[in-house]
Amino acid sequence: MEGLWTRIALRVWVVLVLLFLFIPIAIIPIFALNASKVQAWPPTSLTFSWINLTLSDPDVVSAIGLSVRVALVTTAAALVLGSLAAFAIHRTNFFGKDAISFLLVLPLALPGIITAIALRSSFTFANIELSIWTIIIGHTTFCIVVVYNNVLARLRRTQGSLFEAAADLGASGFQTFRDITVPLISTALVAGAMLAFALSFDEVIVTTFTAGAQNTVPIWILAHLRSGQRLPEVNVVVSLVILVTIIPVVAAARLTGGSGAARVRAGR
Amino acid sequence: MLLLGLPLAWFLLIYLASLVLLLVTAFWTIDSFTTQIVQSWDLSNFQLILTDPTYRTIIGRTVWMATRVTVIDAAIAFPFAYYMAKVASRRTQTLLFAAVLLPLWASYLARLYSWILILNHSGVLNWSLTSVGLPPANIGYSETAMLIVFCYIWLPFMIIPTYAAMERVPDSLLEAARDLGARGWRTALDVVLPLALPGVVAGSIFTFSLTLGDYITPILIGPGTSFIGNVVYTSIGIANNVPFAAALSIVPVVIMAVYLVIARRLGAFEAL
Repeated sequence: MEGLWTRIALRVWVVLVLLFLFIPIAIIPIFALNASKVQAWPPTSLTFSWINLTLSDPDVVSAIGLSVRVALVTTAAALVLGSLAAFAIHRTNFFGKDAISFLLVLPLALPGIITAIALRSSFTFANIELSIWTIIIGHTTFCIVVVYNNVLARLRRTQGSLFEAAADLGASGFQTFRDITVPLISTALVAGAMLAFALSFDEVIVTTFTAGAQNTVPIWILAHLRSGQRLPEVNVVVSLVILVTIIPVVAAARLTGGSGAARVRAGR
Repeated sequence: MLLLGLPLAWFLLIYLASLVLLLVTAFWTIDSFTTQIVQSWDLSNFQLILTDPTYRTIIGRTVWMATRVTVIDAAIAFPFAYYMAKVASRRTQTLLFAAVLLPLWASYLARLYSWILILNHSGVLNWSLTSVGLPPANIGYSETAMLIVFCYIWLPFMIIPTYAAMERVPDSLLEAARDLGARGWRTALDVVLPLALPGVVAGSIFTFSLTLGDYITPILIGPGTSFIGNVVYTSIGIANNVPFAAALSIVPVVIMAVYLVIARRLGAFEAL
């Protein structure tokens, strides 16, 4: 319906925007293979030695270990709390329902630094020492909503008649849950879990304020970016983080037809 | 109700309580000798923020940056979303959607760092310019660098809601506009733009709020100028003045509250 030139102009625009979006992401893995210690373009020669060196650096290994532990516990907690909240909001209709669903989305809507200093000041106030557990509490707070959104969207698209049919056929509440509900929402749960993992693994602002002496991977990266030291190792670690954050979103998009990952991502 | 009990308890006990405490802390002060928090109600933190020209400059600078980022992102996103929703085939549409989702989720720090590699003195941009015979741009660690990077990081947040709103504009309206003699760009401006506006406003909530609260981009990409987030960060991390940080962090919340009221009037909440 557009003129030929409008179409061509739109195509060119789309290609330019795609280049703008993807060139930066593609550059880092190239730098990770750059033999030179200086971060200059173009690389003079390529090597795998930085990758080997980085993966045997005890600081990096312990940061990865901590990030994985935090992300796993966070994901488990977010799965339980997020899907419980989704069931409750879906099933019942009560006064204050809107307020509660607003409350759940709040950690995503407010700038990350607000959530971060709010949690930090209450940990200080309650004399709770900062540890891996305070990091997990912080991450869980904004990961709940990712699971919640995915599960709630799935439940809303599911026909209530399925549950009624199960009940009519004599299934108990638990049987209905096991044989109807769980299979129906399983891909939404998996998608939500993977997105929560990616979100936690990459989180830096809330972590900065809720971690004590612990270094997660993003904290390690940020510290070295600020000091400008060990940049060849930073290239390798950042490439790894890109992988860890991109794989779950591809998988989640496949499981939910794209809708799961499209729902608001925390900007923290 | 039992189902809701657990997650609700988490949010009420941990999150909401923390936010309320933050609000209360903003009215406290610290003893300048002992740096202990003094729990007495006064407005001195807010007075300082509102009267000291330094803080007014910082707030103004942050809001101005957020405004520019929002406008530029909307301008970049609009034709892109229009192509996605109204021109592209079903298959291309799905691919483009995935192509916007990937950078949205790819690590935040990674995307910041890549721009250091692009914009620094011996980076990709200067090399590309000089190799085609142009003078180097040399915009590393500048105001412009920050603007580019902010626009880059938050762009997907603008594209997705704009696209979603445009997809809901029925094709029959576009056909009607064409039958009435409107040309392509005229249809885009007079029919699609007003109907897609709630989507653009929804996207602007993210670009605006995320820029207001970010302190890492100014640290890593900028020339060292402070934004609201940086002052909040140093007030806690270096000065250990939690009450002042709390008071200052209420500024972006108030700005966002005003913004949300306006956005709601423009129908952005249905487009979220």
